[in-house]
Amino acid sequence: MRPDLPHQTHQTLTLEAFADTIVPGEKRFPDDVAVAGASSGGGAVAAGALELLGDPATGIATELGAFADLLNEHARAYAAERGLTPDPELPPLVGLSFADRTELIANLTSPSHPEREIWILVALFSNMAFDTGAHLHTVDAMAAGHPGLAAMGFSRPDADGLWRFPEYSYGRPLADLHPGTTSSGSPA
Amino acid sequence: MTNSNGTERVDVLVVGSGFGGAIAAYHLAAGGASVLVLERGPWLEGEDFDHDFKLGASYTRIFDFVVGDGMSLLGGNCVGGGSVVYFAAMPRAPRFVFDRQGSIGRRMWPASVTRDTLDPWYDRVTESLPVTRQDWNDVTYSGGLFAAACAHAGRTANPVPVAIDGSKCTNCNWMMAGCKFDAKRSLLFNYLPAAIAHGARIRPMHEVQKLTRNADGGYRVHYNVIDDSDYRITVGGGTIDAKIVILAAGAGATPVILQRSEPELGKMPHAVGRYFSGNGERLNTAILDEDRVRDLLGLAKSDGVPYAASQIGKGPCVASWDRLDGSRPEYTRYSLEQLYFPPGFGTILAQVPGATGPTWFGAEKKEIVRRWQSWLTIFAMTEDDNEGVFGPPPATGNAMRISQQMLGRGPIRYDPTPNTLRGWAMADADVKDIMERDGLSRVMPWTNDVVGAYTVHPLASCRIGDDPATSALDDRHELRGHPGIFVTDGSAVPGALTVNPALTIAALAERAMPGIVAAARARGVNVVYGAPAPDGATSARNAVLPLLVRD
Repeated sequence: MRPDLPHQTHQTLTLEAFADTIVPGEKRFPDDVAVAGASSGGGAVAAGALELLGDPATGIATELGAFADLLNEHARAYAAERGLTPDPELPPLVGLSFADRTELIANLTSPSHPEREIWILVALFSNMAFDTGAHLHTVDAMAAGHPGLAAMGFSRPDADGLWRFPEYSYGRPLADLHPGTTSSGSPA
Repeated sequence: MTNSNGTERVDVLVVGSGFGGAIAAYHLAAGGASVLVLERGPWLEGEDFDHDFKLGASYTRIFDFVVGDGMSLLGGNCVGGGSVVYFAAMPRAPRFVFDRQGSIGRRMWPASVTRDTLDPWYDRVTESLPVTRQDWNDVTYSGGLFAAACAHAGRTANPVPVAIDGSKCTNCNWMMAGCKFDAKRSLLFNYLPAAIAHGARIRPMHEVQKLTRNADGGYRVHYNVIDDSDYRITVGGGTIDAKIVILAAGAGATPVILQRSEPELGKMPHAVGRYFSGNGERLNTAILDEDRVRDLLGLAKSDGVPYAASQIGKGPCVASWDRLDGSRPEYTRYSLEQLYFPPGFGTILAQVPGATGPTWFGAEKKEIVRRWQSWLTIFAMTEDDNEGVFGPPPATGNAMRISQQMLGRGPIRYDPTPNTLRGWAMADADVKDIMERDGLSRVMPWTNDVVGAYTVHPLASCRIGDDPATSALDDRHELRGHPGIFVTDGSAVPGALTVNPALTIAALAERAMPGIVAAARARGVNVVYGAPAPDGATSARNAVLPLLVRD
C-alpha cells in the first residue's frame, strides 16, 4: 500500500471495493481503483454506501476501520492461496479483480464462514444504500437523482413529499373465486 | 395507586399493545378494572408516519427485525404493535388447520377450539376493526396480475378480506412505515382509543424484562425505559405490581420474558420458548416479461404499459387458496398471496434467475434490481413443523440490539425439518408453475442463506393446548403452574395457519377475555365481561354472550 497515503484512505478504498462488489457501478473517474467498473451507471458507492455505513444509526460506524483491516487480511490470504500478485500500491482487497473480490465476498458471506454475520451486515447496508438511500431523506434523494432509486424507476412523490397512486387497479375480475369461499370472504 | 413501599399498583398489567394486548386492555378497562399497558416501542400516529427510507424515520422506529440462527423475525415495535406495521390482510384460518397434529402425534389445538367455535370470536374482531371484503376494483395492479396469472394456470384467486378503509387509501405502498392517511384500521383506531376512554393507560418505550411473584399471589413487573431514538440505551426503569399480568409482547418476546423470569418465578412449562413456528413462510420473486403480460393475460394499465407497477399498491390484495384443501396430507397445504415489500427488505434476499455468479448480490443482481417495477412478490404460508427453539435470553429485551433501531441479534434457533422443507419446495414449484407458464416471468425463491428463513408472522412460542407436555398455556390462555399470568398474543397460537394470522390471534384474544375477566374477579378485581365493539356495535357481542353460560 502506498505509504504516502493515510491508513484511513486505504480503509475507505477497501470499504468502497466491498460495497462495489455488492452493487457494482461504473468508475467515478478514469483511475478509480475502488470501483471496478463492472456495471454501467452508479452502484452502491455512488449511491452513498460509505455515508450510510458511517451513519451512527447503523450501529457499526465505529467498527468500519477494523472491518476494512480484516477484509484486507482476508484479501491478502486469498491472493496468497491463489498465487496472485496484486498491485502492492493498493489495499489488498482493492488490488483484486472484480471476479476475485466477488469470490472472496461470496465466501465471507457464505453460511459456513465464522465471520459471516459481520460481512452480511456490511453487505446489507451496502445494498440499502443503493436501493433505499437510507442515509438520506427519500424526498431529497429523489430530488438529487439518487442512482439506485433512479435505476429502480422509483416514481417521484407529489408536491407535498408524499406518494399517491390514483391509478392502481385493472378494475375488473381477473380470476374465478375459490368455490369454498365463505360469506366473510375467507377460506372455508 | 401505590403500595406502602411506593411501588405502583394496578389490577391488570398488560405487556405489549398489539392485538393481544389491546383487546385485553379494552375489555378489562371497559369492564371496570384498572389497566396499565407497557409498550416497548414508541407511540406514533398518522402525522408521525413517514414516506421516508432514512434510518430513524418511522419505519425503523416501529419495526423490530431480529436475526436468529436459521430464522429472522420481523415484528411491530410500537403502540398498536403489528397492526401498525402490517398489511391488514385478515382471512380466517381454514377449518383443517384446527385439526393439525404437527410433530406431536395428536391434535395440537385444544379440544375446545375449532373453526366453528372460533367463528363467533372472528365475528367480534371483524365487527370491531372492522374487516371488510375487497372487490376487484380494490385490487391493485400487482394483485390483479397475480389473479390473472392464476386464472391462466387454471387456478382460482380471491381478493382477501382486509382491515383497510378503501376510501382513504392512496395505494402509496408505504404501509409498513405506518399509514399516513389513516386508511389502515390499526388498533390506533378501535380497541386502543376505546381502552383509553375507559381509563386504561399506555406507556410507550417501556420494555418489560421479567416478572416476580408477590406474597399476595400477584406479580411484580420489572421494566426498563428505552431511549426514544437509540433503543440500545436504557434511560430508566422500575416496577409495578398487578393482580393479573397479560403477556402480549409478541411471539419473539413473550417467551423471552418468561425465560428470564424463571429463576425467580419458578419452573416454566416445557413449551415456553419451544414449538416456535414461522407460519411456514416463504417468498418468491417473479420478474415479469411485460410483453407476455400483455399478450398472455391481456392486461394494460391506463398508460398502456402492461404492468411495471411494483411500487403501486397496498400489500397483499389477492390470494390463491387452491391448496387449502383439508383432504390433502399435513405439510402439503398452503396459500399463495401476492405481496409487496419495499426496497431494502424486499430486494436483498431476492435471487437472480439463472445466475452464473452470486445469486443475491453482484452484477447480475443489479440487473434484476433495475427491473424492479416489473417484480411481483409471491408469499407462501405453509405448514411448518414448530421447530423453533429459543436459547438463553439476552441481557435485556428480546435481542442484543445492533443498530440504534430495528436490527438486533436474537436467541431463536430454527433448523427446518424435512416436512417444512418439503412444504416450501412444493410452494416454490407451484409459484413457478403459475408465474413461469408460457414465459410470463422468471421466478426464484428468496435465499435462506443470508439471514436464515424469515417470518413476518412469528407464532406458537408459548402456545395453548390440552397436553401439558407440549403446550405452555391451558385453553384459557393461563400459563401452566403460574396462575394469574395469561398470554394472548401470537405466541399462544399452536402452529402455522396457512394464512395471515392477525385475525386468528385477535379472535383467540377475544375468546380468552371472558375467562380472564373471571380469573380477575376471583382475585378480587371488580370487573365484568360484556363490552360492545369499540364503536358501540353490539351484534357480535350479543352473539357470543349466550356462549358464556358455562362461565
